[in-house]
Amino acid sequence: MRLAPGLAALAAVFCLAAAADPRDRLSDPGQEARARALFQQIRCVVCQNESIDDSEAELARDLRQTVRAQVAAGRSDAEIRRFLVQRYGEFILLRPRFSPANAAAWLTPFAIVIGGVAVLVLRARKPATGGDTLTPEEEARIARLRDG
Amino acid sequence: MTAELGSFALVLALVLSLAQAGLSIAGRVRGSAALAGAGEGAAAGAFLGVAFAFFALMIAFVTSDFSVANVAENSHTAKPLLYKIAGVWGSHDGSMLLWCLALTGFGAVIALGGEGLPARLKASAVATQGVLGALFLAYAVFASNPLIRLANPPVEGASMNPVLQDPFLAIHPPFLYAGYVGMSVVYSLAVAALIEGRIDAAWARWVRPWALASWSLLTIGITLGSFWAYYELGWGGWWAWDPVENASFMPWLAATALLHSAVVTEKRGALAAWTVFLALTAFTFSMLGAFLVRSGVLMSVHAFAVSPKRGMLLLSILGVAAGGGFGLFAWRAPSLPPGGLFAPISRETALVINNLFVSAAVTTVLLGTLYPLIRQALTGDMASFGPPYFNLTFTPLMAMVLLILPIGPLLAWKRADLLGALQRLWAAALIALAAALLVLALNHPAKAFAAIGVGLGVWLVTGSLAEVADRARLGRVRIGEALRRLGRLPRGAWGMTLAHVGVGVFVIGASFETAWRVEAARTLGIGDQMSLGAYQLTLKRVGPADGPNFEAERALISVTKDGREVCQATPARRFYPVQRQTTSKVSICPPGLSDIYVVLGDRRDGPAGQPVWLVRAYWNRLSRLIFGGPLIMALGGAISLSDRRLRIGLPQRAARPVLEPAE
Repeated sequence: MRLAPGLAALAAVFCLAAAADPRDRLSDPGQEARARALFQQIRCVVCQNESIDDSEAELARDLRQTVRAQVAAGRSDAEIRRFLVQRYGEFILLRPRFSPANAAAWLTPFAIVIGGVAVLVLRARKPATGGDTLTPEEEARIARLRDG
Repeated sequence: MTAELGSFALVLALVLSLAQAGLSIAGRVRGSAALAGAGEGAAAGAFLGVAFAFFALMIAFVTSDFSVANVAENSHTAKPLLYKIAGVWGSHDGSMLLWCLALTGFGAVIALGGEGLPARLKASAVATQGVLGALFLAYAVFASNPLIRLANPPVEGASMNPVLQDPFLAIHPPFLYAGYVGMSVVYSLAVAALIEGRIDAAWARWVRPWALASWSLLTIGITLGSFWAYYELGWGGWWAWDPVENASFMPWLAATALLHSAVVTEKRGALAAWTVFLALTAFTFSMLGAFLVRSGVLMSVHAFAVSPKRGMLLLSILGVAAGGGFGLFAWRAPSLPPGGLFAPISRETALVINNLFVSAAVTTVLLGTLYPLIRQALTGDMASFGPPYFNLTFTPLMAMVLLILPIGPLLAWKRADLLGALQRLWAAALIALAAALLVLALNHPAKAFAAIGVGLGVWLVTGSLAEVADRARLGRVRIGEALRRLGRLPRGAWGMTLAHVGVGVFVIGASFETAWRVEAARTLGIGDQMSLGAYQLTLKRVGPADGPNFEAERALISVTKDGREVCQATPARRFYPVQRQTTSKVSICPPGLSDIYVVLGDRRDGPAGQPVWLVRAYWNRLSRLIFGGPLIMALGGAISLSDRRLRIGLPQRAARPVLEPAE
């Protein structure tokens, strides 16, 4: 019997957070902390949906080594990210870049709020009418209800 | 034999669902109570059919009948009974059967229980529920029947993924599915109201208990799932913004917005069209989730077995149900009468703002989940929308709505006094500010955003309590009088307060845990120590701890603080021979609000050849609030649901609203 592929992927999640393995750590705690922060923003591109901080996959281990080596060599976070994107494509960044192709995803939620607030403000500036006075139809309906 | 009877019952249920739809429509069109009654009977019959099929599958699992394909793929004789039962809904096909069980079950409840509903509205709602039932049952019968036999049954089953063999995961799908599918009733009532062209306070009153119950069940379901991920997966995280998690979060957010807008429709007759729109949206998101989880279009750690053909079928069902609902909405909504008017500063406006922000937040989750797909389809390149995206969009949007949340309940309907409401909250605000500053000063490294988060959580708790105190006129009248007033507050009010306090408790825990989690990892031999924040962890011994279907080694680790033992952690590492898979069993201690979370890693050879184990540990401070908060919210929902004003089918209720004090 085959194991459902999805569940097999889930199984891979297990042996986790190998990123914390003392064997691989950088000796400088400041650099190690920077590397760990970067790990959380980098996707393990062969896994289902995990950062390289979580994944035990071979590729994740290699990527961790690469990132640690570059951090130790004094490269900046932006440089390391650029290097990874060149090699693996934008897919590797868990935080999508703010580019024209992604603009809709970044801006739509805020546009909804701004648009909604604008509607509320416009509505508020219109003097509230009708709250206390009734339209002729409403008067007629009351009369119907009262008499009927 | 039982499997064949089960299959037969499932087909019968499909036919009865079609009959339910047909008879109810005929009853509605001809105004015939007899036909409508027959439709209601068919709804009950459809439920009994699905229930029979469900129990037939359960019997096959419990008796390890491996001639049933689903059982052979997902069960094993050595598996504990609880997981044999949970195996029923552990697979794609079985979980769809659970979905159908809930769908027809709720259909039967409105058919047999909705006495207070007007006959025409009820017939339309039962018909809609029948159509939904027929769609999903047709899928179950023709594309995903879990009762199909195998020609050559194996001697032993393939068993279930060990990760899923966990009591919390076993009970989490029933809650989740009851919540997802509970929204179908809200959907059916919305469709029925659009057909009848009447959406008023009475309609909102029928919808609210269903929305509230589904929301509460979904809250519990998501929390159980999150807690399972937290302690079973061994990485100490509780929410990863994984597409499957998002799929359950979207209906929850839509239901949250619906609950708040339905209040406005119920009390003030306003926002009727918007409430209907949200009612349709909530169930659409439930169906979207069912599709996303099963189609394999998304990359997720939790997805079910992937099947493009089934994905297409589920997408078609989603298209028909959502297209039908929203099409009807576009056609009928413009003719709905406008509701009550309200001033810019009023309870209504506060609830509209809630809806605005929650809608923006749900859009964020939707975009973050689907945008990579859309972009890939349009341009061919792949992009990832991981946790950093949600932290930058969802979190600030929610923070803003939570900031104004405590003010809402203090505003009057129609026209309110904002300054007066703020004056009644100054003490609550002061406590929250003090809490934020204290947290900032006492924790290292100092993290401003986390401190703001904790302050926000405290503000939600104190602000909600201030509102209750204000209602009781605490401090302005004698204490006995205040207590008497507290006792007379309607349960709905207590429910709201508890739910809001629960949000606050969650926010405190989430902010604290995320910012100030302490992590340590070391290889330890017997007798070695490692430090974790203020604690010392000593590995005392490692021994065998085999179970019914696994081999295991378990460590005993003593956790001490200032030389005194706080608790003993017993993390284990299990090997499941059937699946040839190793898992780790996390140990969490001590009792309290913060967790010492210990994971036993692999065994290695130490420098002197002695065995050492990789031990990872986290000190997750206030982490239990993360799960406690949502449970408080669900409890609030349940208490609100027990308010007699919300009970369905109380005929005298129609006359009561006039006599109630404005809240």
